[in-house]
Amino acid sequence: MNIEKLVKMANDIADFFNAEPDKELAAEGIKKHIMRSWDPRMRKQIIEYYKDNGEGFSQLAAQAIKKLCGTA
Amino acid sequence: MALNPEKDYGTPVSISEQRINLEIDGFKVTVPAGTSVMRAAANIGIDIPKLCATDSVDPFGSCRLCVVQIEGGRGMPASCTTPVAEGMKVVTQNDRLAQVRRGVMELYISDHPLDCLTCAANGDCELQDMAGVVGLREVRYNPAGENHLGAVKDESNPYFTFDPSKCIVCSRCVRACEETQGTFALTIDSRGFDSKVSPSQNQAFMDSECVSCGACVQACPTATLMEKSVIEQGVPEHAIVTTCAYCGVGCSFRAEMKGDKIVRMVPHKDGGANHGHSCVKGRFAFGYATHKDRITKPMIRKSIKDHWQEVSWEEAINYAASEIKRIQAKYGKDSVGGITSSRCTNEETYLVQKLIRAGFGNNNVDTCARVCHSPTGYGLKQTFGESSGTQNFDSVMKADVIMVIGANPTDGHPVFASQMKKRLRQGARLIVVDPREIDLVKNSAHVKADYHLKLKPSTNVAIINALAHVVVTEGFVKEEFVKSRCDVASFNKWRTFIADPRHAPEATESITGVPAADLRAAARMYATANNGAIYYGLGVTEHSQGSTMVIGIANLAMATGNLGREGVGVNPLRGQNNVQGSCDMGSFPHEYPGYRHVSDKATRELFEKEWGVKLQPEPGLRIPNMFDAASDGTFKALYCEGEDIAQSDPDTQHVFHALESMECIIVQDLFLNETAKFAHVFFPGASFLEKNGTFTNAERRISPVRKAMKPLAGYEDWEITQLLSNALGYKMDYKHPSEIMDEIARLTPTFHGVSYEKIDELSSIQWPCNEEAPNGTPTMHEKEFMRDDGKGLFMLTEYVPTQEKITPMYPLILTTGRILSQYNVGAQTRRTANNMWHSEDVLEIHPHDAEDRGINEHDWVGIKSRVGETVLRARISERVQPGVVYTTFHFPESGANVITTDNSDWATNCPEYKVTAVQVSKVSQISEWQQEYQAFSEEQLELLAKE
Repeated sequence: MNIEKLVKMANDIADFFNAEPDKELAAEGIKKHIMRSWDPRMRKQIIEYYKDNGEGFSQLAAQAIKKLCGTA
Repeated sequence: MALNPEKDYGTPVSISEQRINLEIDGFKVTVPAGTSVMRAAANIGIDIPKLCATDSVDPFGSCRLCVVQIEGGRGMPASCTTPVAEGMKVVTQNDRLAQVRRGVMELYISDHPLDCLTCAANGDCELQDMAGVVGLREVRYNPAGENHLGAVKDESNPYFTFDPSKCIVCSRCVRACEETQGTFALTIDSRGFDSKVSPSQNQAFMDSECVSCGACVQACPTATLMEKSVIEQGVPEHAIVTTCAYCGVGCSFRAEMKGDKIVRMVPHKDGGANHGHSCVKGRFAFGYATHKDRITKPMIRKSIKDHWQEVSWEEAINYAASEIKRIQAKYGKDSVGGITSSRCTNEETYLVQKLIRAGFGNNNVDTCARVCHSPTGYGLKQTFGESSGTQNFDSVMKADVIMVIGANPTDGHPVFASQMKKRLRQGARLIVVDPREIDLVKNSAHVKADYHLKLKPSTNVAIINALAHVVVTEGFVKEEFVKSRCDVASFNKWRTFIADPRHAPEATESITGVPAADLRAAARMYATANNGAIYYGLGVTEHSQGSTMVIGIANLAMATGNLGREGVGVNPLRGQNNVQGSCDMGSFPHEYPGYRHVSDKATRELFEKEWGVKLQPEPGLRIPNMFDAASDGTFKALYCEGEDIAQSDPDTQHVFHALESMECIIVQDLFLNETAKFAHVFFPGASFLEKNGTFTNAERRISPVRKAMKPLAGYEDWEITQLLSNALGYKMDYKHPSEIMDEIARLTPTFHGVSYEKIDELSSIQWPCNEEAPNGTPTMHEKEFMRDDGKGLFMLTEYVPTQEKITPMYPLILTTGRILSQYNVGAQTRRTANNMWHSEDVLEIHPHDAEDRGINEHDWVGIKSRVGETVLRARISERVQPGVVYTTFHFPESGANVITTDNSDWATNCPEYKVTAVQVSKVSQISEWQQEYQAFSEEQLELLAKE
């Protein structure tokens, strides 16, 4: 799937969780949301993109995707 | 009038708890204080003759047919306007009363056509009945005297006629229009002998403000207001109670039939959602069900460039199954999926998701709620623990302050709007939060919003935060409610967050465009109400922050203690008839029925045991993900039941490309809809009149859908899904949809007590219905919320501006909505006479914006966004604010979704239909896309098999 779209989706989710002052908790919330709502193919693709030093992530989204990598 | 109508008690029921004892014709009776003598008599089976009285409207006392005598009282009072009194002794029948009644009837009949045998209401006429009841045998007055027999009939309305020659001026129609519908379109014009019923100022019905709800027709005791279908076909001979297939109000109707032909739809007096009321769609716009465009034979084709071939059901089913198998063998198990619709019954949607999960072997199932209320499901599940509204519709009658956010009830949910307007006329206060001036603001009779917070599109969250900021900083928090009912830690965090000055109305004014003083006043009004109720629609959900806004609404309701009792609550107004139900039934890719996540092992094992297969523990693809995967070549086949994604989903070019990229699209529908033009298999579906099942409305009310006629194509939709499943090798063997509901009830805790027997017993049931609530749950969260710990959860809702920015190139915001006479993508209503009210979508534009662009009323205007361009006619209107344009989306050729983008809600991917940056300019012809669409559409219709 279009990786730019996936990155945008991750950033949009991060924008919501960014209201949480505890950024560790926020990143965990993003990861959990992606785990619970994204098809595994989408998760796999964004993890691969992240691991290949993919760009475009907000700071919090990147933190969350890093956590997501641990689940793959 | 209605065929064998439910008992008419003459006057409305009294809800007083005080009891009054009296005697009628020697029989003792006890009734609530405030009951009329007429109703008290009816309660014990004594039917006092009447004409101007009916129990849907307040008594009027004009016909004098219902006179009685009261011991110790003077004269002969009208029993309809006389309240009962303790110890009262009433006589309803004696010679004197009989003489008076005959005299009254004689006067009526002296000015009434004596054409009973050829009258359309013959056998269904209260005037005729009463003439018989009072024993009228002669009319002594000279028929050549002055009369109204030559009055001209008004046939302007497509669905009913108004024949003043038959009118007895009882005012039932006038009162129904006022009290039941709340439009006040009718009046009694002139005085004395010249008195006559008049739409508006003596206009034709079609030229008046009449909304064709049918309340007047229903109330008329004669043939004065009569359905054209009855005039044409005669009085129906049997009736079946079923549920409307239009909006999320879910009105109960009696489908009145002659054999297997429907004559009329009459709103069911005992309907829990509508209490005998209706709108122009449910009451009259049922002609689509037997429209000539219906496709009634299965069809297949290899390519969308081929002619359709009509084939047997067996061949069509086997072909579809073989394609699914071929594609899965070639591209993998996950390369196929399905879409259910909110227009399908609960049983049908349940079966489709079961087929996908158990038969296809993946979780690639989604429903059209994805593009409307998926943020409601998410937001309310997170905060309250359940993906549903909290109240029943009747709750509005106890609301003191009503806040309507991003909804247009008089157009989208007209029958509930009538109930809301009734409460507003009783004195409830109204706050409207909407970028556009909806009718409730000041265009509904005797209703005016106290505050219209006319915000800029996309700034909902800034508004809800500002409202909450006022509640928190001005001391309106219901501390006891929060402490006892909510998660206090989350509340404390939220209180700190929302009290920050950046959420103050003065700070948000520049974002929202709403004056701080108005916002503060509205917040105070809602927060200090005894009962404050919030109603919202797609103007909340269809945003990039749709879920955030739903959460914000939940936060506000919890902070003010407006939950857990009648008159309050958070009430999503669902668009289609079964949005709630299709979501309840596990149509989302990540949830089983009852909103339980597919990763939950215990739930999964429950379904695995019942269904006899291993199920996938990971979420599947959502609709937009399916489109993306299709465009990428990894999603190749789709089973789409009752949904028209090609018209209803955003960014049409992207959707078309995705559909063209698939190798097998199976569409199950009534018509060759826009999606079917890309299909390879067409299964002809059944209309709501042709099948059994249930719909669940916006108030969680499960109502029966009952078969009134045989399916035109031979099968009910659940049977088609079952045939496909069996052909794929996954065995299903239901004999009746009641067995499907039994399975749903076995597997779903909130449905454990639901069965067809129970629905028949109670007429309808609001879930949760189980051991704790055997008769259902009208009001949710009364004692505790449905989250695991029973506490309501506050969540932080930062306002994040949409990424759909206005620029010099795209300086206007396009927002979309609905209109009363058309429904959704219009597949049904466009095939009825409702087109007389709305035959094309137009673009509303503010006079300033129009003048800047040299645009005049009715000009062709091009609307260009970052993704596409379409052309509509202009309507200059101050309903929209400068900088905002508005259109409806009921006609495919309008191409409203050619310009909407794929920007979507962060949590659910619900599209941001309500916010598209556009430029508008005067043009001379339709757009390139529209020309291409027209050619494609004509080509596809040519490929249909010809008779």
